[in-house]
Amino acid sequence: MKDKSWILTAAGTLLLFVGIIASIHIGAKKIPLSDIYHGLFHYEGTLHDQLIRNVRLPRTVCAVLAGGMLAMTGTMMQGVLRNPVAEPTVLGVTQGATLAVSISSVSALAGGVYGNFFMALAGAAISGGMILLFTMKSAANQSISRILLAGTALSTFFLSLATVAALLGNRSQELAFWVAGGFRQAGWIQAAFLFAVGGSFSILALSLSGKINLISLGDEAATGLGVAPEKVKRKTVLCIIPICAVCVAAAGNIGFVGLFVPHIIRKLNGNDYRKLMPLSFLYGSVILVLADIAARTILAPYELPIGLFTACIGVPVFLWLVRKEKK
Amino acid sequence: MKKSKYKIAVLVCIVLLLLTVIISLMVGSYQMTPGEVIGTFLGNGDSMQRFTIYELRLPRVVLAVIVASALGVSGGVLQAVTRNPLSEPGMIGINAGAALFVVVWISAGTSAYYSELAASKAFFMPLLAIMGSLLTVAVIYLFSYKRGIRPVRFILTGVGVNAGITAVISFYQLNMSKGDYNQVLTWTNGSLWGSSWHYIIITLPLILVLIFFILFRSKVLDVLALGDELAMGVGVSLQREVLFFLILSSCLAAIATSVAGNIAFLGLLGPQIAKRLAGPSHRKMLPLSAGVSAVILVAADTAARNLFSPIEIPVGIIVSIVGVPYFIYIMLKGK
Repeated sequence: MKDKSWILTAAGTLLLFVGIIASIHIGAKKIPLSDIYHGLFHYEGTLHDQLIRNVRLPRTVCAVLAGGMLAMTGTMMQGVLRNPVAEPTVLGVTQGATLAVSISSVSALAGGVYGNFFMALAGAAISGGMILLFTMKSAANQSISRILLAGTALSTFFLSLATVAALLGNRSQELAFWVAGGFRQAGWIQAAFLFAVGGSFSILALSLSGKINLISLGDEAATGLGVAPEKVKRKTVLCIIPICAVCVAAAGNIGFVGLFVPHIIRKLNGNDYRKLMPLSFLYGSVILVLADIAARTILAPYELPIGLFTACIGVPVFLWLVRKEKK
Repeated sequence: MKKSKYKIAVLVCIVLLLLTVIISLMVGSYQMTPGEVIGTFLGNGDSMQRFTIYELRLPRVVLAVIVASALGVSGGVLQAVTRNPLSEPGMIGINAGAALFVVVWISAGTSAYYSELAASKAFFMPLLAIMGSLLTVAVIYLFSYKRGIRPVRFILTGVGVNAGITAVISFYQLNMSKGDYNQVLTWTNGSLWGSSWHYIIITLPLILVLIFFILFRSKVLDVLALGDELAMGVGVSLQREVLFFLILSSCLAAIATSVAGNIAFLGLLGPQIAKRLAGPSHRKMLPLSAGVSAVILVAADTAARNLFSPIEIPVGIIVSIVGVPYFIYIMLKGK
């Protein structure tokens, strides 16, 4: 296959740029383009400047980072588990984080943004660890249907417990927003968390991409080429867990981004994870920025859950993948 | 030897069911002793006791038994047809499809709470739920059909469809006011809140007919469970029978969902336990599965009502909190 990664990078960057500008431009109050430039580079404290700096920009940054990270973790999971439908929300990793966040928001256990983040980390670690244990217990458990059923069961379980917590705290509708995902609460603190924690682990993850390439060929092939498959898998999951945790703490439980983005890139540019992972990051950002604009504007002044839009693309892709699968 | 074991299992199941039913009638915000419950049945209760039993608790318990039997049989049939011990109407979207139609119906037609729906509307709900779940099954069937139906593909497609439908339901839920939302939430997670004799009159005959129909043809299920080649070898026209049983089992799940909401994992627990007690014969296994599911649901409903009283937890959540660890245990143990 001809290497189209430069074209894809250029096109993706352009799309992302347009998406970011549009995301700042569109909203309850339309901000003209000249004011956007002014607000970004010559801050003077006018209404538009404040709107841009304190509301639109942090939200857009969060969407860019969370979208990219979710798409990239999905890519990594698909490679390591050799499973085309693997993805953090499908496997229940983000639901574990959601449960922890809902407990912390109902009780006084660990409140605030920092509390939410650490609770999400604990939840994601537990559910991610369970999935890892499950796939490593026997080779049969790596079959697509078994992982998927286990993941679905785990997510039902975590969401059930989260619902109990929310019902008891009379917060159930807020929980539903959390489950469906969205950037309503996104501010600079969330963006900073995403950037610092998510960013550093993403760089770590990118450094693993060469090894994921080998794992995706099969455990035997990887061992033959001098890479210990179990070690790489463990490292990958250890990278995925904190990334998922910051994403859930910032934006809730956004499904399916990590499922369909890598597959589209794969179709266009082949299976090399060293290019697949950064490109998935780029296009994941594009998708979530656009989905966030749609979520804010379609039923304005109400906000739709962003997960609805990602599911619209994600479910058909999922069905198509299952249909294609031979075993 | 084998036969007597089955008889003991049935006997134990009946005793357990009676016990859970009596406990469920006793406890609540108005406590009664076992003697008072039995006395009320014999006609000796005062008006307070009669009202509590006949108008509030008994319809709820009876409905729980009906719903649980439907889901237990439906899960058992589905597991035989897909030859996968993990398939269950809740996981592959059949319940969600039924729930979607009912949620749209409730939110489109009225602003009243579930309990205040007129009897004529309540009568429509099972029909609507059946339409929703049959449509879901049709969608799953179409998407997974590729030179015949393969069980694994059927289930995976179902999981995907389930995720999609859940997203659409959440869209409807988020547009509701907070009070309505809590109501619908308890309902989409499965709840027997607001049960009345109306629902029993509507659902009981339908479910009895369907279960008898399935039991009448249970020999075919035994053969289907053996595998495609063997089933065709003994002259079963495979695709037609599979379709037939899929429709029956989704009808059962739909009727249950229409009155009790989306109760997941019950269709998994009941048949699994029953299979262990009764062996592979579906004529024996399915009735026992109905009984086991009924015990579980009545017990879970009692817990759901009383655990955090006065707040009621959706019974479906209690069932899945119990069911998921068991589900994972089966998966870890299976080959």
